[in-house]
Amino acid sequence: MTRVLFPLLALITMALFMVSLLTGPAGFGLGESLSALVTGQGEAVTLVMREIRLPRAILAVMVGASLGLSGAALQGYLRNPLAEPGLIGVSGSAALGAVIAMQTGFAAAFALALPLSALAGAVIAVLLILMLAGPRGGSLTLILAGIAISALAGALMSLALNLSPNPFATAETVFWMMGSLADRSFSHLWLAAPFMALGWALLLTLGRGLDALTLGEDAAAALGIRLARLRLQLVLGVAACVGAATAVAGAIGFVGLVVPHLLRPIVGARPSVLLPASALGGAAMVLLTDIAVRLVLPERDLKLGVLMAIIGAPLFLHLIYKTRRAGA
Amino acid sequence: MTLLTLNRLTVTRGTCPVVDAATLTIGAGELVGLIGPNGAGKTSLMRGALGLLPHDGHSSLTAMPPQGRARHAAWLPQSREIAWPVAVETLVMLGRIPHLAAGQRPSEADRIAVADALATMDLTGFEARAATELSGGEQARVLIARALAQDTPLILADEPIAGLDPGHQIATMAAFAQLAQRGKALMVSLHDLGLAARHCTRLILMHKGRIHADGPPATVLTRENLAQVFGISAHMAQTADGLIFQPLEVLT
Repeated sequence: MTRVLFPLLALITMALFMVSLLTGPAGFGLGESLSALVTGQGEAVTLVMREIRLPRAILAVMVGASLGLSGAALQGYLRNPLAEPGLIGVSGSAALGAVIAMQTGFAAAFALALPLSALAGAVIAVLLILMLAGPRGGSLTLILAGIAISALAGALMSLALNLSPNPFATAETVFWMMGSLADRSFSHLWLAAPFMALGWALLLTLGRGLDALTLGEDAAAALGIRLARLRLQLVLGVAACVGAATAVAGAIGFVGLVVPHLLRPIVGARPSVLLPASALGGAAMVLLTDIAVRLVLPERDLKLGVLMAIIGAPLFLHLIYKTRRAGA
Repeated sequence: MTLLTLNRLTVTRGTCPVVDAATLTIGAGELVGLIGPNGAGKTSLMRGALGLLPHDGHSSLTAMPPQGRARHAAWLPQSREIAWPVAVETLVMLGRIPHLAAGQRPSEADRIAVADALATMDLTGFEARAATELSGGEQARVLIARALAQDTPLILADEPIAGLDPGHQIATMAAFAQLAQRGKALMVSLHDLGLAARHCTRLILMHKGRIHADGPPATVLTRENLAQVFGISAHMAQTADGLIFQPLEVLT
């Protein structure tokens, strides 16, 4: 099953990437679009393809892979299928950074002020989590620290909206928090890419340690796994991935929760195989949803995060129902 | 050959020492039964020796680097954790992790070690089953097989036979005894004093964090030790079938 899975997931992701490139309000023909993308012939088509649709499709792949990978790594570490990147408070803190930037007007200071503020929020959250959870603590202290930071970030976001003097900034903030990949440019991509690459490198090498953790923390430690280092690598990796994803796309939930859950039975439940599979699966899921956003309500700017939750939540309920029936 | 040395090993919980200055050495060929009432410090002694608990004093295992230690000593914790529904063979293969270099895939030798461990624990034919769907006793045997697949000179096991049926309890103790005869050393905590008396080459009796007695079963399971540590009386007889030990009643 695993041998077929990776080529299949790669194929689906590539196909969806092409569809994403060809989807949009400017109705260009298939051949015209692709030739413009490659050769640069036809000014308007080239501009749309290279500056609007290409960065959007690449970002969908990057954001989806980051979220799927983070979810698989967190679930493997916490040995809990309900864990997701939001759990350790990084996405909430990244969102808080963005909200503060929008409410103070700093977001308008220069083009990348908003994503940079979100990244700063993510970094502060990681430092706080590491400080709170301590050097020797297990997975439980990490969850508790994450929940506390999530709650604090949520409260501070509400406070910022509550005290907002400017209704326009408030509306902008609320819409940003719904998550979207519309109107992103290559500068967003170049901002997120180094962080995401770092995050992928940190998380994709966790496989063996996460496999060993199937037996519990004690047995894993006795198998020679350095748990303190593994946890540091995990937290930094998730923070880099989720912080960068939130910075450029806003808050997008459910990918990190549903994708690993969906793929786990197919990879024989092995955490090490689930990591790359969830990265590919996450990319496919975000690409698919981002295409749907443009097709369902083309004229209303439907937000990616909203549609993802509308698709993701029932899907998740269905999975829980299936699991329960299998267990009974 | 000495495989484990503890020198005044002390493990503290709060201000209370749960293991108090334990000194012992274990050599190749020994099957050591670690016995004592609940809370005597058996688990803490083994976890401290492995460096899984902060401790004072010296343990020969904690001086080793993590991977070297994992090639020298296997640890079977008391909590039988199997987090994901992985196949039995995959789970037992986790025992081979210390023998693999970074990024290296399991070789034929690793597969043979796994098959041997499964055969020893009477699990041949279970390879493709999901480990979480087995019964509790079968899961316990899969986890023992995982520790055996690690193929270390020293094995520390915390109550490995609790919850097994009588046939598999005896078979597991016999398998341990055979491993010891082949030159490995095992330290096994257990509560079944009858099996301990019959299969172990040596017993270590713990009482309130201290090593109360240490020696061949017949010299440890004396009337005074049983009365003082467990508060029980027992019948013990040297027969043609080996040492027979049967606890009788609680002393008041």
